[in-house]
Amino acid sequence: MADGTVMIQGAPGSVANSSFRRFARRRSTIAFLMTLPLILVIGGLVAWPAGYAIYLSMLNRRMTQFIGLTNFEILLESDSFRMVIFQSVFFAVTAVILKALIGFWLAHMLHHLPTKGQRKWRGMLLVPWVIPPALSTLGWWWMFDPSYSSINWLLAIFAVPSVPWLGEPWWARISVIIVNVWYGAPFFMIMYLAALKSVPEQLYEAAAIDGATSSQRLRYVTLPMMRNIISITVLFSLIVTFANYDIVRVLTNGGPRDLTHVFASYAFQVGILAGNIPRGAAVSLFMFPILGVIAFFVLRGINRRNREEA
Amino acid sequence: MSSTSAPQAHPRGIFHKAGSLRAERRWALWSAYISLVVAAVIMLAPPVYMLLTSIKTSAEIADLSGNPWWVRAPTLENYLALINNPMFRGFFWNSVKVTVAVVSISMVISVLAAFALGRMRFWGSQVLATGVFLTYLVPDTLLFIPLYQIVGGLGLLDNAWGLVLVYPTLTVPFCTWIMIGYFASIPKELDEAALIDGANWLQMLTRIFIPVALPGIIAATIFAFTVSWAAFVYPTAFITSPSEMPMTIGVVSQLIRGDTFAWGQLMAGALLAALPPVIVYAFLMDYYIAGLTAGATKG
Repeated sequence: MADGTVMIQGAPGSVANSSFRRFARRRSTIAFLMTLPLILVIGGLVAWPAGYAIYLSMLNRRMTQFIGLTNFEILLESDSFRMVIFQSVFFAVTAVILKALIGFWLAHMLHHLPTKGQRKWRGMLLVPWVIPPALSTLGWWWMFDPSYSSINWLLAIFAVPSVPWLGEPWWARISVIIVNVWYGAPFFMIMYLAALKSVPEQLYEAAAIDGATSSQRLRYVTLPMMRNIISITVLFSLIVTFANYDIVRVLTNGGPRDLTHVFASYAFQVGILAGNIPRGAAVSLFMFPILGVIAFFVLRGINRRNREEA
Repeated sequence: MSSTSAPQAHPRGIFHKAGSLRAERRWALWSAYISLVVAAVIMLAPPVYMLLTSIKTSAEIADLSGNPWWVRAPTLENYLALINNPMFRGFFWNSVKVTVAVVSISMVISVLAAFALGRMRFWGSQVLATGVFLTYLVPDTLLFIPLYQIVGGLGLLDNAWGLVLVYPTLTVPFCTWIMIGYFASIPKELDEAALIDGANWLQMLTRIFIPVALPGIIAATIFAFTVSWAAFVYPTAFITSPSEMPMTIGVVSQLIRGDTFAWGQLMAGALLAALPPVIVYAFLMDYYIAGLTAGATKG
């Protein structure tokens, strides 16, 4: 593309050529200078720390000696870390599937409403996404409190026995997922609603003329048109959920018996609280390959979408 | 609501075949309202319950006999206690200080970079634009341990200015990304006209691009504001003394003490800390949503 603009602007004659070249050089210099702060932020605060993390993870606890991959080996051999891997995958996959389904359902329901009423409902339903998650999780923590739980009070009305929300491992896992779904489903709803609005109305009319039922319209018109946005949102949310920290930290802090730790909270416990920085770096680096694979697919989805729109 | 259901009712008798379609529509509308009401109750229950708890006295909270979803003797004492607490006010000012600095830094960096990457194509600009997006996908929980070492090496641990240094990693990539999208939607004729009138690049940016892309700038600013206000991983890792804490971590770590929690005060603190993003959202909802969806629909 850069070549194209040079050709057009350089066309008038060779007289202007040398001054134009100076101009182009000046332009690229200016452009570079304008991008420099961004390059410094990305290079200095993302790329370099990422490389530094790899180096850190290969040191011994006191950071005096290079010990290769020993930290990774020790982690893989420990039962508690295997539990962390299981819990992270279980948490991220379950939460993302639920968020995607609930978000899709809500977006669909909102889309049925007349446009005037949509704003109000959309405004209410997005509230969980707006409150900083660390703070809304405090509210959930209080609602899950063993002796004062207001959720159990509501359940008692329907004669449901009280639930040990944060006291029992599987319930604690479910609680963490509930809070994450509550926080993240509105985001999916907004993304899907934007995508639903971009599906041309003619397609539905054509489908209706062909006698399609509402489930067929969903299956053959809506879903294919939204495929890209669905995959981008799901993959993006998978990254964010996988790397989640605040909810686990506030709600369970890894307990009971370290069974609800995810990569981020375990890395924090090992690296910062217990002071074993190299091993903490190794824990968080375990996220890297998974995130890399997901990021690859996100990028592919976005490029495909750009090509479709072009 | 009533205006939509009224015209559906009467033509039923005349158009027998259309009746099924109308019934289907009405059924769809009813199921939509029912699911939305259920969803809204669930989505709003936690903040409402936080609000209810925050206006109760400690005695009422401890009393297990009554309905916890009701307030018998509303009081503002929890809020007053927090507002009169110098430590809590300190959290607030730290948050304001850090957020204002981070938002201005990120907006300057990302508007300049987005303009250069989107309009002044140069060698490697495409690769860099992709790199910006990839950076956005790197979560903070992957970087906080090496950054802990780096910030520690600079002597900025346990210092609010250390947060100003690292927060741009959360804000700059996404802001740049959505600004590239907004700048790309500005027609080329505008910058050609400006070039013919003899404007230089900086004038082009300040006189044309920034005013035309103002909605995008507002959306990006809101994003940067909410992210730096809500940031949790970095302050938890880097800040240990209460005098340097921003609100999120201050409320979570300092208002929880011992085994008997002051639940009312804790909830009041959490709501006060959540208030600025909620206010911004209430007044600028459309920009907020535009920023949210821009990443996927523009990019």
